[in-house]
Amino acid sequence: MAVSVQTEDFDAGLEISRLRNARKDTGAVVSFIGLVRDLNEGDQVSQLTLEHYPGMTEKALEAIVSQAQSRWAIFDAVVIHRVGTLQATEQIVLVAVSSAHRSEAFKACEFIMDYLKTEAPFWKKERTQSGERWLDAKSTDDEARERWHQ
Amino acid sequence: MKIKIFYFARLKETLKFSTEDLELPDDAFASTLTILKLKAHLAKRSDVWQQMLMGKLKVRGAINHALVDDNALIIDGDEVAFFPPVTGG
Repeated sequence: MAVSVQTEDFDAGLEISRLRNARKDTGAVVSFIGLVRDLNEGDQVSQLTLEHYPGMTEKALEAIVSQAQSRWAIFDAVVIHRVGTLQATEQIVLVAVSSAHRSEAFKACEFIMDYLKTEAPFWKKERTQSGERWLDAKSTDDEARERWHQ
Repeated sequence: MKIKIFYFARLKETLKFSTEDLELPDDAFASTLTILKLKAHLAKRSDVWQQMLMGKLKVRGAINHALVDDNALIIDGDEVAFFPPVTGG
């Protein structure tokens, strides 16, 4: 498992190669990349600032990946989340999961993202033409996480 | 008892506080201190504190880097944090 909270950008291709090359019985790598959109709630967004809780963030991400590992037979997982100020179209987050077959990797990747969205201490503030605003948590994200309890 | 408190995001910005060390007399209040009781205690500081911690905004609490609910007990030396629901990813 590798978890990183960083200001610098990441190379998703490199991370996927690492997962591929780690073991020869890897049959699937599923990855998700979250990006800064230039439009939110009808407003043009010029940049996004991500704040986090150093110390807790890493622990929260590791706990989420551990839960995924205990639920599905996955080989490895990488989570990279950026913080600081990002421009529209930049990468925010990468989750990549390897396993023998696709089903486990698909599920684990989505599970990790759903829990990251609702339990990892990150907060987004966006800049639009009318100024800066903190984003509100979405109930659809809570619902997405709750699905995993059913 | 002594505790450390961190504030994040909208709370940090509005309260103009990112962290503080809080010392409380070792009395019955301190020995039964919960997240909710601490929020109510801090809310007495001013209208802004009241509004941010006990108002409409949903405030989540953490103790020693773990998310907890309002009834979680706080003990001497704990690191407490208050923040709005998270919005990463």
